[in-house]
Amino acid sequence: MNSLIDRRLNGRNKSAANRERFMQRYKAQIRQAVQGMIRNRSIRDMDRGGDVELPARDISEPSFQHGSGGDREIVVPGNREFARGDTIDRPRQGQGSGSGEPGQGEGVDAFTFTLSRAEFLNVLFDDLALPHLIRTDLGDVTQRKWQRAGYTTTGSPSTLSVTRTLKSSLARRMAFGMSARGEIETIEADLATARRDEADAETIQALEHALERCHRRLSTIPFLDDLDLRYRNRVAVPVPMARAVMFCLMDVSGSMDERKKDLAKRFFTLLYLFLSRKYEHVDLVFIRHTDDAQEVDEETFFHDPKSGGTIVMSALELMHQIVQARYPPASWNVYAAQASDGDSFGADAVKSARFLADKLLPATRYFAYIEVPDAREARKTSLWSEYEHKAQAHFAMRRIHDASEIFAVFHDLFKKEPA
Amino acid sequence: MTALLSSRDPSSRSVPLSDGPEWTFDLLQTYDDAIGAIALDFGLDTYPNQIEVITSEQMLDAYASSGLPIGYPHWSYGKAFIQNERAYRRGMQGLAYEIVINSNPCISYLMEENPMMMQALVIAHACYGHNSFFKGNYLFRQWTDADGVLDYLVFARQFVLSCEQRHGHEAVEAVLDACHALAHHGVDRYKRPAPPSLKLEHARQSEREEHARRQYNDLWRTVPRQDAPVVHGETAGHFPVEPEENLLYFIEKYSPRLAPWQKELVRIVRKISQYFYPQSQTKVMNEGWATFWHYTILNRMHERGLVTDGFMLGFLQSHTSVVAQRGFDERGYGGINPYALGFAMMRDIRRMCEAPTDEDRRWFPDLVGAPWNPTLDFAMRNFKDESFISQYLSPRLIREFRFFAVADHEANDKMRVAAIHDDAGYRDVRRMLAAQYNRENQVPDVQVVRFNRDGDRSLVLRHQRTRQRPLDGDQADQVLKHLARLWGFRVCLEDIDASGAVMASRAQEGGAPLPGAIF
Repeated sequence: MNSLIDRRLNGRNKSAANRERFMQRYKAQIRQAVQGMIRNRSIRDMDRGGDVELPARDISEPSFQHGSGGDREIVVPGNREFARGDTIDRPRQGQGSGSGEPGQGEGVDAFTFTLSRAEFLNVLFDDLALPHLIRTDLGDVTQRKWQRAGYTTTGSPSTLSVTRTLKSSLARRMAFGMSARGEIETIEADLATARRDEADAETIQALEHALERCHRRLSTIPFLDDLDLRYRNRVAVPVPMARAVMFCLMDVSGSMDERKKDLAKRFFTLLYLFLSRKYEHVDLVFIRHTDDAQEVDEETFFHDPKSGGTIVMSALELMHQIVQARYPPASWNVYAAQASDGDSFGADAVKSARFLADKLLPATRYFAYIEVPDAREARKTSLWSEYEHKAQAHFAMRRIHDASEIFAVFHDLFKKEPA
Repeated sequence: MTALLSSRDPSSRSVPLSDGPEWTFDLLQTYDDAIGAIALDFGLDTYPNQIEVITSEQMLDAYASSGLPIGYPHWSYGKAFIQNERAYRRGMQGLAYEIVINSNPCISYLMEENPMMMQALVIAHACYGHNSFFKGNYLFRQWTDADGVLDYLVFARQFVLSCEQRHGHEAVEAVLDACHALAHHGVDRYKRPAPPSLKLEHARQSEREEHARRQYNDLWRTVPRQDAPVVHGETAGHFPVEPEENLLYFIEKYSPRLAPWQKELVRIVRKISQYFYPQSQTKVMNEGWATFWHYTILNRMHERGLVTDGFMLGFLQSHTSVVAQRGFDERGYGGINPYALGFAMMRDIRRMCEAPTDEDRRWFPDLVGAPWNPTLDFAMRNFKDESFISQYLSPRLIREFRFFAVADHEANDKMRVAAIHDDAGYRDVRRMLAAQYNRENQVPDVQVVRFNRDGDRSLVLRHQRTRQRPLDGDQADQVLKHLARLWGFRVCLEDIDASGAVMASRAQEGGAPLPGAIF
């Protein structure tokens, strides 16, 4: 018997597993292609997929096949002008002689396929993991959430559950009054019989007394007892922190030209991409500074020119204030990236380094300092050498000269901790 | 094209089943019933149908696994999927209208976005055309087990998955890769005799004894005996006694190194390859048969007034684009279109039965005047592409297709036109076209000739050149590498010509065994 089945709701992605296998097998080649894409692509577009080309030779599936040479005849349709005995030049290798058997894969040089955004980012961040994840490990939890967990018999009056309390009160009263009410029923019946039968007054009185006793017994059952009280129970359950805030600090004084800003921006973007894959929610705070610091929006941060001197300290102080006011480290994962060309005046560098080490580093999960010097061979700046003294495990500093170096630096900064 | 549109029988007063492109499940059922009834009138014998409606994504999935509904995971299917998906998304390739699986019940897929007309076409084409071919053709009857194939696929998938669990997916992949390289050589073309049962052995044994007893004559004892009997085969160091063309079978049975689970994987690839073998040998016939029947059935529906004229025009447009054959020098030429050739031949056989010309009388005296339906049925049951073409291709079709044969011989610097569609050439063109569908011309003839069982366990393969055609060297080296990994010891491939002289020889050392193999 014929049957008609609607399969449209069945899984659509039956081939996803096989696609995954394919990607795994050619991981090395794909990774190489992704590296190339990163180099060539503006970071603004980083967050999407891309085409990967693999050499067809690498992924061919060999089988025994006839090579060229030997004798054969090919029958072809569509003759217009040929007669028996005509001669035709041999087509060039690999082009036409296979006209009788199409689709044998000739002339295919490269196998191209498209990586989705998620796959692209996966490859991009393949080897990277957040540094020092100890604190976010589920075992060590800094945040708790209260959750309802039934009812208890003790608690503070504010958590009293009236409904529950009255329910148990009602139950208690019903249970305690059971025998009294039963007696009342029988006595009332007896009384009624006695009255109808016009029994003697003594019997009736005795019955009435008994009845009254029972009623008294009933009325001594209290409406509400301590036993009845029920309180809503709440327990604290640990929740992992899924929030992060990322501070972008940048020196926007005159010496920071567009090229340097661009480099800084690329680094910030990459860090942001990375964090947004690790945390459900990432806040961004942009702090720019010249001789004083301001919190600004992204557009202003990167594009609004400002002139003035350079006091790094101001930005660090502002960041500290913002962290204290809005992002307590107990409930936020704080990350910070600072970009500067390293210019600073007088005691600023020393003070900044000390402030960083004493106040900011304890509060942050990670602090990266990126220096974009004028030239590759520029000497170490004062800020750099001061910062160097304060080196800590979760503080990293690097110098970047060129866009192509960013990923390498980033990779290095966040490389997987050896297990 | 006017001749294609059948004239409606004025006496039929049926109401069309539907009008417009929309389809519903009820409507599909109605059409299927109507088409089934007509197919039955024509005497098509089919498995029960299981028609499944799927989306285009699911169709792409089905493509990747060669149309099998259940497959084991392997990266090459992922690769095929990526290729198809890309081509489809870019509009370089449309999706097939239909995929049909040779199973019982016969599963066919309808695509959700097709209009009613197309669904009807696919039902007629796949559910009655291909289906009856699967059930009737001798190759399918001989080599595929429609009842068991789905169960086997489920088993194969489970087995591969469980092997991956136990041995890791790299180990499984290594075996499958190697087997896939040899998949074309995992096919039996002739049935092996079933091993005799114990009972039969006993019967034969007693028969032999009885025979010996009756023939006993003491005189034989006095005949001088040859001292050292010449024994061919194993003891002379020659094993196998006869060359074996099913390489995967040989590996499965005799591999000195493969663990049982690896042999089972080899067997799975071999079985699935064997399942596809009839399909590769009957492409023209199978498609021609299905196309002929969708054409015939839908025209009958139109005659009976079950479908509208608009439906028919839409149908004819799809049909003609399916059976279009471009000339070799036209844009978009992709070889001989099996739909076009097959359909033309089926129609031609019918024409020769019903309205033969003088030429047909000379060429096909047997067909002239025979009832067309049984004649076609006979052709469908008993031929494969090669024999079908050499039996039934008529001069008229050779002219219509303007076939000509080009000889590409190594000795000449230029190719020569060997035959064209004229009196002198019909037979040659037909012979050469048939040869083009011969398996020998598609898959090189590689066989196991020697397994040095008692020595270094090396394996010798022999490629018998057909008409001096050599193997593609690069590919052969790659395949040998796979084979050597599978075999675990030295593997040697000799290229020999018709006279038996070794033209070329390549070898591959066993090297590191596959992960999980026996040492």
